[in-house]
Amino acid sequence: MKKLLLGNEAVARGAFEAGVKVATAYPGTPSTEITENLAKYDEIYSEWSPNEKVALEVAIGASVAGARSICSMKHVGLNVAADPLFTVSYTGVNGGLVIMVADDPGMHSSQNEQDSRFYALSAKIPMLEPADSSECKEYVKQAFDISEEFDCPVFVRLGTRVAHSRSLVEIEEGKGINLKEYSKDVNKYVMMPGMARKRHEVVVKRIEELESFSSQTSLNKIEWGSKDIGVITSGISYQYAKEAFGNVSYLKLGMVYPLPDELIRKFAEGVKKLYIIEELEPFIENHVKKLGIDVSGKDLLPVTGEYSTRLIKEKLFGHKTDGATQEDIPVRPPVMCPGCPHRGVFYVLRKLKLVVTGDIGCYTLGALPPSSAIDTSICMGASIGMAHGMEKARGREFSKRTVAVIGDSTFIHSGITGLIDIVYNKGNSTVIILDNSITAMTGHQANPLMGYTIKGEVTKQVDLVKLADAIGINRVRIVDPFDIKNVEKVVREEITADEPSLIIARRPCALLKGVKYKGALMINQEKCKICRMCMSIGCPAIVDKGDHIEVDEALCIGCELCTKVCSFNAFEKVGE
Amino acid sequence: MDRGLNILIVGVGGQGTLLASRILGSVATDLNYDVKVSEVHGMSQRGGSVVTYVRLGESVFSPLIEKGEADIIIAFELLEAYRWLDHLKEGGKFIINKQRIDPMPVIMGKQEYPAEILEKLDALNIDVIPVDALDIAKNCGNIKAVNTVLIGVLAKLTGIEKKVWIDSLNDNIKKAFVDLNLKAFECGYSL
Repeated sequence: MKKLLLGNEAVARGAFEAGVKVATAYPGTPSTEITENLAKYDEIYSEWSPNEKVALEVAIGASVAGARSICSMKHVGLNVAADPLFTVSYTGVNGGLVIMVADDPGMHSSQNEQDSRFYALSAKIPMLEPADSSECKEYVKQAFDISEEFDCPVFVRLGTRVAHSRSLVEIEEGKGINLKEYSKDVNKYVMMPGMARKRHEVVVKRIEELESFSSQTSLNKIEWGSKDIGVITSGISYQYAKEAFGNVSYLKLGMVYPLPDELIRKFAEGVKKLYIIEELEPFIENHVKKLGIDVSGKDLLPVTGEYSTRLIKEKLFGHKTDGATQEDIPVRPPVMCPGCPHRGVFYVLRKLKLVVTGDIGCYTLGALPPSSAIDTSICMGASIGMAHGMEKARGREFSKRTVAVIGDSTFIHSGITGLIDIVYNKGNSTVIILDNSITAMTGHQANPLMGYTIKGEVTKQVDLVKLADAIGINRVRIVDPFDIKNVEKVVREEITADEPSLIIARRPCALLKGVKYKGALMINQEKCKICRMCMSIGCPAIVDKGDHIEVDEALCIGCELCTKVCSFNAFEKVGE
Repeated sequence: MDRGLNILIVGVGGQGTLLASRILGSVATDLNYDVKVSEVHGMSQRGGSVVTYVRLGESVFSPLIEKGEADIIIAFELLEAYRWLDHLKEGGKFIINKQRIDPMPVIMGKQEYPAEILEKLDALNIDVIPVDALDIAKNCGNIKAVNTVLIGVLAKLTGIEKKVWIDSLNDNIKKAFVDLNLKAFECGYSL
């Protein structure tokens, strides 16, 4: 039976069919749906881990204990998991271990466009790269076999367009879960210098064996067409190349590390002109050039952004596509949703003109106009360390005008250690946790603050107040972000207090199921003085029509934040 | 439709474009086409400009639809229709929901919402099918059913058997909302 599946769903299906027992992840676009779908299989244990490092460690533990396990993350998540990553390459596995990593060329929902193939190279871990959903499923199954055959973890790399495109997948039976024996083996699993030196030799030998495997496996294959042109490509770039070049010869790489030298030489000898089509860095190209083969690639194509059929045709064949530009069309950047609880906090922070170190989540949108309230955003957890660093650089007076803002899930992910640093190293920073009771940006995943697991089972909740107390914070305040008067009062008090403080701004995400407001508001045009105070909260449902202000009834959910900034009581419920 | 069909679905994050592409994808699968549907997840879903590509045919490689290659564009919002105009093939059909949602630069008065978009498209001799999907959805009892109204319009346009669409709606929509959406679909279909 064929089904139309997202690349990420197909990965989950592949893992199921391969007999996976344990699946771990921290949510991150474009990888999130892998684990969301794995959680639907009753026989698979799956979890949202607090961060990618923990997720990978859990998966390694499961593998050493004998189970096939899979750990999924976005490209920047792999930075967080890099510590266990490099050493699990040395220990190898017991049950197969597959690490899914999803890159985001074009940065649809990311802060950088790093190329994770370099992790494969530097950790000497083989990497596969599927080009559609069918291959997603197939490659994941093969990755488990390779992992157990060569005793190493195996990467499967996706890009946004493979992870988030649907295509047809043949559904097969699962092979069932089969635990391997566990036996203690300190020379393999305890990486002290004496053992690690020996294991490093094993890794070097293993990668040589994988190199010859790469030239033999059907993952890498030549499709002969016209021999005037040959194209070496992989992943989504293969699809674009097929449409742009048509009937030429292709070397489609399903295994992008280690690369198949023998096969590449054979292919290069068979064609007159050779192109390499790969998004981001010249990973394949550099390798092919090192083999002494003349190729064209990044001399014509960019190392930034996404590719497309059109881009290849333009850059390689000089095709011009119709550039008829229409009149100046307003851009439509993403915005905080109507009813978003973050809006109240950002309204206050902007009003107080504070320096705000920001973090990664929906609330990063607070950096955009009209909130324009955030000064920095680097990575998960950075808001807290950066606020501390700013104080140490510019002194206490500066830190009285500085706050860090971080989401609840991001705080658990990597904010706690930053907060400990502030206390331990005698800082005075004020940290605001925007607690909307969910991991919102990635589409509502559970986290350790919420009291239920990925499968919806009830579990314990982290108590932020007790946590703050335990690490030595005396000043903890809880506010409702829509009570903006109180938020302002509390922020003023905490930034001037000469010790660290934690403000928890607590109100659930407006998109959560249980969250109900009373329905749309409208503006009583007789009461409205067109002072535009309500425009300053940046709600997409409030529209400036020039001669009057209007509420878009289709967008407004009735959170009533606007009523708190209006001095004329002009907002009224529709139908009253 | 023998040589395949490229359908672009554009709108504003939160309008339900993903359901439309899912329905379309499942209809194409039922008809034994090769299909690729490329979706937008993550940050843009928060009120940003969103686009979903649906391609069907004998064998589809790239999941994306290039400029000038869409047989049909379904726009959930006027400005988004205008933004993606250059993707429409010559002679292509343009289903446009007449709803207007102001983007933040317009809300803040930094940029103007282009005036008379439908008239401008008309002057370009583009085959536009304007739909008051918001009103129709409201009359069906749920303002959120805009997407199913537009699917109804599309269904009629493609000439694909109605039953296939209804089956797909039944498969892809939560039971509690099926009746309401089928009603909205009918309204779009019978326009």
